[in-house]
Amino acid sequence: MPHRIINWIDQRFPLTSFVKHELTGYPTPRNLSYWWNFGFLAGFVLMLQVATGIFLAMHYKADIAMSFDSIQHIMRDVNYGWLLRYLHSTGASAFFFVIFIHMARTLYYGSYRAPRELLWWTGQGLLLLLMGTAFMGYLLPWGQMSFWGATVITNLFRATPFIGDQVVIWLRGDYTVGDATLTRFFALHYLFPFLIIGAVIVHLVALHTVKSSNPSGINLQDKDNIPFHPYFTIKDLYGLGLFLMLYSVFVFFMPDSLIEPANNIPANPMVTPNHIVPEWYFLPFYAILRSVPNMVGGVVAMGVSVLIFAFMPYLDRSRIPGGAHYRPMFRGLFYFFAIDMGVLGYIGYIPPTEQSILIGQVATFIYFTLFLILPFLSKFEERWLMKRGLTPEIEALIASEAKEISEKSKKRSKR
Amino acid sequence: MVTEALNDGDRRNFLIKLTSVVGGAGVAATCVPFVASMNPSSDVLAKAETEVDLTHITLGGMHTVAWQGKPVFILHRTPEQIKASAESNGGLQPEADSKRVQKPEWLVVIGVCTHMGCVPNKEGPGWECHCHGSQYDDSGRVIRGPAPKNLEVPPYHFVADNKIVIGKA
Repeated sequence: MPHRIINWIDQRFPLTSFVKHELTGYPTPRNLSYWWNFGFLAGFVLMLQVATGIFLAMHYKADIAMSFDSIQHIMRDVNYGWLLRYLHSTGASAFFFVIFIHMARTLYYGSYRAPRELLWWTGQGLLLLLMGTAFMGYLLPWGQMSFWGATVITNLFRATPFIGDQVVIWLRGDYTVGDATLTRFFALHYLFPFLIIGAVIVHLVALHTVKSSNPSGINLQDKDNIPFHPYFTIKDLYGLGLFLMLYSVFVFFMPDSLIEPANNIPANPMVTPNHIVPEWYFLPFYAILRSVPNMVGGVVAMGVSVLIFAFMPYLDRSRIPGGAHYRPMFRGLFYFFAIDMGVLGYIGYIPPTEQSILIGQVATFIYFTLFLILPFLSKFEERWLMKRGLTPEIEALIASEAKEISEKSKKRSKR
Repeated sequence: MVTEALNDGDRRNFLIKLTSVVGGAGVAATCVPFVASMNPSSDVLAKAETEVDLTHITLGGMHTVAWQGKPVFILHRTPEQIKASAESNGGLQPEADSKRVQKPEWLVVIGVCTHMGCVPNKEGPGWECHCHGSQYDDSGRVIRGPAPKNLEVPPYHFVADNKIVIGKA
């Protein structure tokens, strides 16, 4: 009977062939490491956020007179409301955590290079949507940090030429962040996840066209790859287990560690807290904003610091496969960049002093310099590596891959 | 006749262009109400004026009132503060103190940092914004960035010796 039902569907909709080609039988490089788990994890967190968000929305009230109290109502009165809220608020941090690792993996292994530029750019679009969603969601509890974070970020649009002030008032629907702002942020915070789901589908279609990159950087033909199921379903599930352990530690034992204490004070438009900080995932970009002494310059620098990743396929001119693992100079650059991000994050967190502003400016300068020297460094490194010849490591890898493939094809021809 | 008209390529191209333009204009016009709905509503526009009684503000003291939802600082300046403000010309956006006050003992400025919209704190002489470190003097003029402009002076007028209305000059 089930067979007959599937047959009936298959005559009308490509169910079996879709599952076979795109899910279970999807050809996947057999050498993917655990760094390739994070795309799946991001998808998992997205579903988690949508699920918890929908149920939170059943109890939340988007009205400046009621929103702060409705969060307290969720925390105290709603059955498992505390759990839904902590899953959701921790989930936002978890989302950025897995996305940053996902991006770092792409950068380290050069996965953004041809033919995966569109895959990288749809990912960049997803990052922007995620940032927008997280920012708008942060206003909803209507605490002091919510209010002043939204005030500062909407004020960034004052940098718009000629009509900056009108744009800010239009975005807020008021002269200050107010009821109109809260209600529209709630509406858009509910909408954006569905835009993200749409963009994820585009991202996956692009992925299934060009297939996954892999640590060695050697792209094999489909017949030499292995099916996604069961090899990578089980690998992804194992990674999910590890992720859920870490996530649960935060949800159950330290849920407030990711929420600024000042957000437990209801929003007050007359008083700015002495030290306002964005959520941790925005800190490096916030530090760049603060480092530029000119307002418009700061806004532009912050925007460019996020968008500059899109140029990576062109900034990196090396054709050496395998990413940073086989490219010592690029590897140095990668780790230097990671440290610089950490420094910027710390500078973004502490209150501005003359010394911290100076460190922030140096780190901002390094941030952009690393991108700008990449075209020259990558070309120089490519020439140097080609002149030096392959390392024994790569030669051994290529030899082992070739041996494996020839053995496989021998077996196949025997059959 | 009919086939002739159908085969006329120029006529066809013209009609396609004209239809596209009209259709595009229709779509653009349809967007107007949606975009406009996000601008401040009538009830928001209505909270335009605030009346403030100055009698209880002591010499050297500052009072904060809400106008259009924004904080407005009213500083009752001491003779020293008036003197210091009159002598300097500000910093990043030079402006004479006399142009920023109607009566030198009363400074009325919008308490919103011109950088990112935080509310500066009254600290020492002038104000300091804790968000990004901007500083203003006792005339509300910016003396240290990143704020690009002086604190804005709202439109206001004295209705009596000790009473002002903010919102109308």
